[in-house]
Amino acid sequence: MTMDVLEKLTILTDAAKYDAACTSSGGSRGPKKGYLGNTSSSVAGCCHSFSADGRCVTLLKVLLTNNCVYDCKYCVNRRSNDTRRAAFTPEELADLTIQFYRRNYIEGLFLSSGVFRSPDYTTELMIRALRLLRETYRFNGYIHAKAIPGTSPDLVEQLGFLADRLSVNIELPSEMGLKTLAPDKTKGAILAPMKQIQTRNQQSKEELVKYRHAPKFAPTGQSTQLIVGATADSDFHILRLTQGLYDRYRLKRVFYSAYVPVVEHALLPSKEVKPPLLREHRLYQADWLLRFYGFRAEELLDEEHQDFNPQVDPKCSWALSHLDFFPVEVNTADYETLLRIPGVGVTSARRILSARRAGRLQIDHLRRLGVVMKRAQYFLTADHKMTDGLRFTPDSLLRSLVAAERPLLPQPELEQLSLFDSAGTA
Amino acid sequence: MIYYYDGSFDGLLCCIFDSYANREVLTAIYCDEDLQPTLFACRTIPTDSRHARRVFRKVAMLSHDAADLLRRGFLTCLPEKELYLYRLVVKLLRDGPGFLRNASDETLYPVLRAVHHLNGEAHLLKGFVRFSELGGVLGGEIAPKNRVLPILRSHFCARYQGETFFLYDRTHKEALFYAAGKAVIRPLEDFQMAPPDETEAHYRLLWKRFYDTIAIKERYNPKCRQTQMPKRYWGTMTEFQGDAYFTAQSSPAAVSDRGAPVGIPAPGTLPESVPSAPESAP
Repeated sequence: MTMDVLEKLTILTDAAKYDAACTSSGGSRGPKKGYLGNTSSSVAGCCHSFSADGRCVTLLKVLLTNNCVYDCKYCVNRRSNDTRRAAFTPEELADLTIQFYRRNYIEGLFLSSGVFRSPDYTTELMIRALRLLRETYRFNGYIHAKAIPGTSPDLVEQLGFLADRLSVNIELPSEMGLKTLAPDKTKGAILAPMKQIQTRNQQSKEELVKYRHAPKFAPTGQSTQLIVGATADSDFHILRLTQGLYDRYRLKRVFYSAYVPVVEHALLPSKEVKPPLLREHRLYQADWLLRFYGFRAEELLDEEHQDFNPQVDPKCSWALSHLDFFPVEVNTADYETLLRIPGVGVTSARRILSARRAGRLQIDHLRRLGVVMKRAQYFLTADHKMTDGLRFTPDSLLRSLVAAERPLLPQPELEQLSLFDSAGTA
Repeated sequence: MIYYYDGSFDGLLCCIFDSYANREVLTAIYCDEDLQPTLFACRTIPTDSRHARRVFRKVAMLSHDAADLLRRGFLTCLPEKELYLYRLVVKLLRDGPGFLRNASDETLYPVLRAVHHLNGEAHLLKGFVRFSELGGVLGGEIAPKNRVLPILRSHFCARYQGETFFLYDRTHKEALFYAAGKAVIRPLEDFQMAPPDETEAHYRLLWKRFYDTIAIKERYNPKCRQTQMPKRYWGTMTEFQGDAYFTAQSSPAAVSDRGAPVGIPAPGTLPESVPSAPESAP
């Protein structure tokens, strides 16, 4: 029965790898005397490695156990799957985290788990492990913990005081999908802890204003994950759901995970189907537009256009259907308008605002301010002049934009792209 | 006029001071180690910390951002950084700090870009540094293009405040030492990491296994990985080391089960040591 840590780590990492969330952004845990660690002070979080699939490795992302009483059709850890099962003891997990952290392999721990016996029982196990790590091993680094739908509120409360971020995974973007593919979960059970985390996080912030040492409840907020491509939901549906989550639940991040077929099932795409990575990429681009660029889901897609154009990114796509909005004069346009120009990101828009106070901007200044001119040149003027010799019609414009993006897209197969290419340096 | 200085930050500030004192316009500033016979007029500037302080205080008074740029700019690997920084200070003293708003300014842009490169490299290295435990002391090595140690100092000292550690910069041959709340950066000509003991080898192996397992085979994308994490960093990272790195000093036998059975072994792994090589991603 005894399994060594190396074997457990292999099984429990393999079982956790489909979770996309791996960030440590926004933490503000300062160093504490007698404790090990802090959270990285930069806004962007800190990547400690990149795995062979190009995804960032920030946290020790493992399951406490991959034993599960649920039978969600899309999941590798479902009850009916014949796979090897393992469970960490709290001591093993704490030791791994501390020793990895000391060697600077990781920024902290991402603890998730299969549902062992019941959601409450599992959460209690997680709390025990995290408490050992925080109190006995005196770990002051980043912890992301998964709140399991159906857990009682007071356990979620305890978990929130140990972790920096909590997440509840929605996984399937519609209730229909949940009913058919995850019969043990309901929409209500998923949204209840989300609401609780949001309210509690808000309260905790108010308490902090009054009492400097009030305990912090999930100080970096909560996130969730949606699986793309396991069900027939459209991009429009997913994006509107995302927008609702940002508006109503104040989520910090929504992650999208292209569905990787792990099982043959009549209700799921066949195992031959490649994960829809380009679609995932487009959703991330649109997500950035929602969070940093002031776009609304309804501007990017509508009932007639339910899915993103695979050839050009969502912002270019929006610009192409709003040609009357352009060209924008960079010397006079306000910040919100500048952000609408394809090829201008949050950083370059701020630089434009700052630079034009020192003098009138010309076209050849813009590249040095970080504007991606191969996209932006069609949509802006500087001092009422466009790039010299630029001629285009709406038709050739589309072709040029597609050509500008093509080298960024993988060929011939779809691969994951860097999320930051077209979204600017947000 | 060409000035030679001793290669220190204060030395550079003194060059700026003396260029004003002597009413000379500089065309080049070189470190006196690179002293070459030249037909042009040149001068060797002695370092005087009082002069240096006066220059720096004047710059900081005009603009804190400029002072920060000056300090950071000196750490960059920009060729002829001394001259660029000198011109930045001259422009600042002549025109005032207004031009600093404009990132596309001709004098400012090269310095900004170099500092951006330095900051970017330091940010990446906050994650990519790997420590090994050697008898209770944590030790690591890096090979950066810019002198990042002064920038990394506060980050690692805060993070490992209860530990004793050092970080060696191979490129610039200097090391950051930290013990009992005190940190110093000292030149260090040569350094070789000792081979690992049992415990250290064990954790290295665990990390390598984690790294190889976390990748999703169906999403294999080496190009994306290399964009995010350029190859020049791989040399000092645990997950890209060869077999010997995972073998403890006391047990010469090679570890047999290094590669992850379900994962994608990182480059640097010998294929024959991985039992599942044929089915792992290409």
